[in-house]
Amino acid sequence: MSELSLTINGTDHTIDVPPDMPLLWALRDVLNLTGTKYSCGIGTCGTCTVLINGVPMRSCVMPTASASGATISTIEGLDPSGGHAVQRAWNDEDVPQCGYCQGGQILTASALLARNPDPSDSDIDAAMSAVLCRCGTYPRIRKAIKRASRYMSDEGGDA
Amino acid sequence: MSTCANDVRIDRRAFLKVSLLASGALVIGVGYGSSSRARATDSDTWAPNLYVRIDTNGRVTIVSKNPEAGQGVKTAFPMVVAECLNVAWEIVSVEQAPLDDRYGRQVIGGSRGTPDGWNDLRIAGTAACELLKSAAARQWNVPVAECNAENGTVIHVTSDRTIPYADLLEAAAALPVPEVSELKLKSRPEEFQLLGTFVPGVDNPMIVTGQPLFGCDTRLDGMLYAVYEKCPTFGGRVRSANINRVRSQPGVTHAFVVKGTDDLTGLLPGVAIVAETWWAADSARKKLKVDWDTENSDSSEAYERRAKALANESGETLRADGDVDRALDESRRIIEATYYYPFVSHANMEPQNCTARYSESGQLELWAPSQNPKSGRALISRTMGIPEDRIHVNLTRIGGGFGRRLRSDFMVECAWIAREIGRPVQLQWSREDDMRHDFYRPAAWHHFKAGIDIDGRMIAFDHHFVTFGRNGETVSGAGLSPNHYPAGLVPSFRLTQSLLKTNVPTGPWRSPGHSAYCWAYQSFFDEVALAAERDPLEFRLDLLSRSFGDPPLDLKRTRGTLALAASKAGWGSRELEPGRGMGMAFHFDHGGFVSHVAEVVADGANVKVEKVYSGIDVGPILNLSGAKNQVEGAVVDALSTAQLEITFANGAARQSNFDDYGLLRFNLAPEVECHFIQSDNSPTGLGEPPIAAATPAICNAIFAATGKRIRELPFSRSGIRV
Ligand code: FES
Ligand code: FES
Repeated sequence: MSELSLTINGTDHTIDVPPDMPLLWALRDVLNLTGTKYSCGIGTCGTCTVLINGVPMRSCVMPTASASGATISTIEGLDPSGGHAVQRAWNDEDVPQCGYCQGGQILTASALLARNPDPSDSDIDAAMSAVLCRCGTYPRIRKAIKRASRYMSDEGGDA
Repeated sequence: MSTCANDVRIDRRAFLKVSLLASGALVIGVGYGSSSRARATDSDTWAPNLYVRIDTNGRVTIVSKNPEAGQGVKTAFPMVVAECLNVAWEIVSVEQAPLDDRYGRQVIGGSRGTPDGWNDLRIAGTAACELLKSAAARQWNVPVAECNAENGTVIHVTSDRTIPYADLLEAAAALPVPEVSELKLKSRPEEFQLLGTFVPGVDNPMIVTGQPLFGCDTRLDGMLYAVYEKCPTFGGRVRSANINRVRSQPGVTHAFVVKGTDDLTGLLPGVAIVAETWWAADSARKKLKVDWDTENSDSSEAYERRAKALANESGETLRADGDVDRALDESRRIIEATYYYPFVSHANMEPQNCTARYSESGQLELWAPSQNPKSGRALISRTMGIPEDRIHVNLTRIGGGFGRRLRSDFMVECAWIAREIGRPVQLQWSREDDMRHDFYRPAAWHHFKAGIDIDGRMIAFDHHFVTFGRNGETVSGAGLSPNHYPAGLVPSFRLTQSLLKTNVPTGPWRSPGHSAYCWAYQSFFDEVALAAERDPLEFRLDLLSRSFGDPPLDLKRTRGTLALAASKAGWGSRELEPGRGMGMAFHFDHGGFVSHVAEVVADGANVKVEKVYSGIDVGPILNLSGAKNQVEGAVVDALSTAQLEITFANGAARQSNFDDYGLLRFNLAPEVECHFIQSDNSPTGLGEPPIAAATPAICNAIFAATGKRIRELPFSRSGIRV
């Protein structure tokens, strides 16, 4: 076990965990931040996606120690009131079915839009193929990303 | 799962109960009692099936008795109440009920939520509205007929006076309860204001902000985390295990062998490891060594060999109309083909899990993402000897159902561990556990022979179905109704069945049976149509134009969906370039009629499914958003599943995670265009009906584009890449 400092959604935490414990389990079981979900545990499905310095990463295969010192954002931190353009678009297009994968989808989409505010269909394909959805909400995710892009440009930039 | 939507309570009558809570809130409950008994409202044991509460601030709360797994009932049901009560959607909230016998059926399955709930929901909303109108009319001393209800307010039309519902609650509670039979229930789209519109899911705000909703998000004080290792070979038992070594691993609090039972759907034998975090438990599991006692040697290769042998045997006759042999003899042409589809897994994104707390007083409380909590409670009671009234089940949101969570193995495992350790515990299956211990959709072989006459009509249909069974009966999910089309659509018909033994657990998988065999039928119909030199649409419409004996499905509604999908797709009117093809299929299951036309482009064996046009008749649409979401998702599911298979070796599944069972990814999802026929029928569910016809529509389109007929799934077996 070792003491690790983590900055999650703008808050500093110090936790005592084995350094190789994946960030996913530090979030879920140690910090009770359950918005980040487990599904495959081997880095294939993207359900467990978090943003590390703004980049989507799979927390199930990322040792907690390697996230120490970085800026970690989870779905709980995007905008807790749901006001982020992507969150609003997700609601307005009614993307979720079961909803289990959607945290990973939303963070991946928000990272895409942050670096590319007006993505083409193939940009969207490239980014979003990282996250599986068993319920098949893909057609709506595409629409929601385009809608979020419109919300952002209407509001003059920042997501 | 029933495929008939009409078998809902005919001998029971709905009763209403109205009461005023201490808070001043008005509560209207709908319940059922046998019509032979006295008025159920008078009895203390009267049990509401559903209730609606109007608070003194005017807010309306509706209890949702069914669990939510993404099928949309938690949003669609309150919409029905709001529609009939005439209140704004914004003031309605939804409460998830726990498992409670008073609520009647609390199951997600068979797309039964909508047909079952439709009447109760309308009765509750309409009765409440009538009471409030009567209360206002009394206050004004005017006839009720002069009062209207709108947006949470009663209006006296001739004088324009208004009173908000919130001011009428006490007066309404004092009025006589309306007779259910006298209520005028809205039923047609023309009468709807809210129903049929696009309404986002009620849980969306929590989902998009990552709030705890799912079973695995449950956190209790002092809770530990468990993994449970079962024999990868189905039916294996623990001989011995290195428990001491595992117990000494960091963070581990408990490790023990569970003897289990023989019930393949119940508590399987295994080893439980409990720790401070799930990761600690799972890490300790890597050190676990179990000596398993196994006998099962099932393999996909052996199944295939045996199926080949059975193909040449005659099978048991399940139905015979006319004289098939003679009709085949007299046919102008005979078309023959065998179709095969593999086992597949449910692969819910949320792996099975459950949380439980067992108290010293002998009470067991569970938090379960279950599609069928009542059967879970019964299984626990049976296995552990705990009376059902000491088991309380909280229903959480479910990260994907598809039929997997109709089984309760994960619940009984967690309950057992909780009692054993005397601490609150969350059992979380790994993805590998989930895929290796599923109740798979069974594989099957369909041997078809069809005869066509001089006019190109199918006059004979001979079908030998080779499927899986035990003790002379098909295993769960492996049966086929003898009355399934084309029975009743052709003058001479024969269905024979041979059973192949399996020791693998099987079960219902989204639209059980239909989602598999519809592909075989509808692909073969395409072959027959083309052999008869007829257009696949014209051939199908003609097939659906007459019946021999009872029609196996409503011909008119089916034709309607097919014609609609075809016309929206531009079937027959568009010039398609080489490498582009369209294909179609129709189907009926779980009360819903769905036809799809798929459009694909091919580059050699590489195929891209571009678009699917859907024609759907499930009666009036409740939530347009939820309805379309189900159709889009089902089409994606169909395409995803058509490229997947579970195979077995040594009595165990070979696939274990998304690296070898790769669900369809985003870039390959087709666009889906839904068209609804809002027919004059009661609404039925959409969780299942849209999937079955999607697979054959896609495969028929692939044939049109490539000339390659897909008779074996997954696609890779037929040399196609999607
Ligand atoms: S759970 Fe991390 S990628 Fe699947
Ligand atoms: S919404 Fe269910 S897995 Fe994506």
